Amino acid sequence: MNDVLVRLEGVTKSFLGVPVLRGIDLELRAGEVHALVGENGAGKSTLLKVLAGAHRPDAGRILVGDREVSFAAPRDAQAAGIAIIHQEFNLLPHRTVAENVYLGREPVRRGQVDRRAMTAGTQRLLEWMGEDGIEPDAEVARLPVARRQVVEIVKALSADAKVLAMDEPTAALAGSEVDRLCDLVRRLRERGIAILYVSHRLREVFELSQRITVLKDGAFVSCSPTEDLSPGELVRQMVGRPLGTLYPARDSDPGEVRLALRGAGNGRLRDLSFDVRAGEIVGLAGLQGSGRSAVARAIWGVEPFTSGVVELDGEPTTITGPRSAVRNGIGYVTEDRQGDGLALRQSVRDNALLVRRAALRGAAARRDSDLGSLLESVAVVARGPDQEVRYLSGGNQQKVVLGKWLAVSPRILIVDEPTRGIDVGAKQTVYRLLRKLAADGLAILMIASELPELLGMSDRILVLHNGAIAGELPAGTSEEAVMGLATGHGLGEV
Amino acid sequence: MNWRPRLADGTAPVLIVLVVLLVTLAFVGPTFSEPAGYLALLKRAAPLVILAVGQYFVIVSGGFDLSVGSLVTAAVVIAARLSDGADANTGWVIALLLGFGLLVGLVNGLITTRLLVPSFIVTLGMLLVLDGAVFLWTDGAPRGALAPSFRVFGRGGFGQVPWSVLILLGVVVAAAWFMRSGTGRTLVALGDNENAVRLAGGAVHRLRVLAFVLSGLLAALAAILLAGFAGVSAQVGQGLEFRAITAVVLGGVVLGGGRGSVVAAAAGALSLEALFTLLNLIGVSGALESAVQGVILIAAVAAAAHGKQLRRTHEQEVVRPGRGGAARADGVHQ
Repeated sequence: MNDVLVRLEGVTKSFLGVPVLRGIDLELRAGEVHALVGENGAGKSTLLKVLAGAHRPDAGRILVGDREVSFAAPRDAQAAGIAIIHQEFNLLPHRTVAENVYLGREPVRRGQVDRRAMTAGTQRLLEWMGEDGIEPDAEVARLPVARRQVVEIVKALSADAKVLAMDEPTAALAGSEVDRLCDLVRRLRERGIAILYVSHRLREVFELSQRITVLKDGAFVSCSPTEDLSPGELVRQMVGRPLGTLYPARDSDPGEVRLALRGAGNGRLRDLSFDVRAGEIVGLAGLQGSGRSAVARAIWGVEPFTSGVVELDGEPTTITGPRSAVRNGIGYVTEDRQGDGLALRQSVRDNALLVRRAALRGAAARRDSDLGSLLESVAVVARGPDQEVRYLSGGNQQKVVLGKWLAVSPRILIVDEPTRGIDVGAKQTVYRLLRKLAADGLAILMIASELPELLGMSDRILVLHNGAIAGELPAGTSEEAVMGLATGHGLGEV
Repeated sequence: MNWRPRLADGTAPVLIVLVVLLVTLAFVGPTFSEPAGYLALLKRAAPLVILAVGQYFVIVSGGFDLSVGSLVTAAVVIAARLSDGADANTGWVIALLLGFGLLVGLVNGLITTRLLVPSFIVTLGMLLVLDGAVFLWTDGAPRGALAPSFRVFGRGGFGQVPWSVLILLGVVVAAAWFMRSGTGRTLVALGDNENAVRLAGGAVHRLRVLAFVLSGLLAALAAILLAGFAGVSAQVGQGLEFRAITAVVLGGVVLGGGRGSVVAAAAGALSLEALFTLLNLIGVSGALESAVQGVILIAAVAAAAHGKQLRRTHEQEVVRPGRGGAARADGVHQ
């Protein structure tokens, strides 16, 4: 049995009388990955903040080893060997890796910062973690996002962290980087670190963890060894009801061609030719960097095609930018919901009507009488149209984004990672919504990294490789077939 | 029906400040026992309120307009020279001044959007250019005189009510109406997240230019009122840009954009003027005005930052799970 490094007992926390955590127990053991799962709003973030010393529990105990502790500030938690790796990194981009690792605790030699010791210490930790390819003297800004995450981990470990809590560590990572991070997590576990792994991605949870704790609505649901749980059972515990089939049944009856590309290309994309018909969902698969999002941006006119023809309803059309795309009936749910999709401090109303007001003119731009039915059709749960969208959960924010496009009744909708970072229940709502929109005659082009999602939703799948279409696969194809095309190995054994 | 005043977020504090100041004035100043005293205050405040409304458009969309003070000076000096005391000139001189304000705003906007120079720098440059041009042209002593028919807007009235008060009301009502329109809402969203507006098909450049043009136009209007009220000098607009920014911030509008109402900005300007009047009545030296303004500016921004922090720690946590949670004074943005 591994040593218990940190134990939470009956942790309870309320804000203004609303309970957010209700008697949570949690045990973190050396050399173990403990996954923490639950829908958005289940209390995971608050629990992390309690662990990090950012919030003090109203009741309950925190034990480090056998000693009961009380964290007055994050500094105390760090001193106790607990580090949180947040989704957003706290690094100084224009300093080196080593400088970041030792930020605020620089070794001093004869009154000067001992740079050599910093470099050596950083190098030692990187080697201990089995991470090569990061130079201690490299500027952080020059590292890719995934490597910066490693720097965060090094920083925590150099401050003698024994417990690492990782909040959605793979949310911002591409496929191969996810595997690399998972390998790192395994190595850290083998070296005796206790890891609390918070993630929506159940596949990682099952691959990495030894135990899983489920929270729902601020309450403790279960803590079980991973091998005793099936994904279906886990989802049932998270949602509190059986989810049924996650993906709605296909009932598409493709109509006329809405969007057609004929030999379209630009600097990143080569000779693309495909159709998207009214009533169907066409999936766009490919590895990170294969040009999936570039296709969306090209159709949308942000980085337009320089050769070939784009036809809308059979008419050759030149799209010069977002404004012309919107006016030609193309909607685009971008990958970065908060950065590109929403004005977070504005109300649900102002966001839902944003496209209409920004891109249309005259009476069409002023129409808002249908706001109620619009929000209802995308099933937004908010306290009212005047609530600011930043207070909504990720799932509800995404529904507002969908609503803002439906407000202009597009003919074609491009959705890029439509369920990124939202909980299982909200994912299902988004899936149903997309399917219903297709059934109502919308032509949908869907981009997604998670293959089960793409396979579950698409009527056909186009696979991109190196900016060109490597092949087209029918509904019901296998992940292996998609990966075969995406990696440039043809159809594999098929 | 359960009627509740529809106030934008952050409007309440400035309204409370304003009411307190106005009530205090009634106790301190003998002239404030009757409406005439308040009308005189409104008349005096009109140019600043109008400038604050213009400044609001720029600030809420994420910029600054530092050029309005110099623009007022330039407009007044030009007016004196061209009007030359002749009533016949008044009509076209006013049209020309408004055109001048519009042009300065257009240049500010185009440089900001096309050359990608931050608005703070563009309008600071414009401030210096206009200052220099006025000095060059007048040698420090403006020539000419304003025709009586020109000065009537700053001095005269419709019966008891000064023209400037009517113009002030017109500007505030029009601005509040505009901010409820789709274009107005998009302008606020632009200050919040430019990317989102651009990807929603918004004409981002056009909206930014519009904000500067409105600011320039309103600065010219303020100049016309000020000229009539205060007369011609080469210092008439000095420091007004900072006073307008202070007023807008006092109104709870967030620097950097995305939050705040235009009515609150106007109330902020009125509060500032009321405060200066009060200080004057209780015998505080006018020389201290600038220092008082500086303290208010810092205090208002600090208060906004503090309020934001409080909201972040409470609301975020509470609102998420609670669907029927704690009642909050929900506001509709104006």
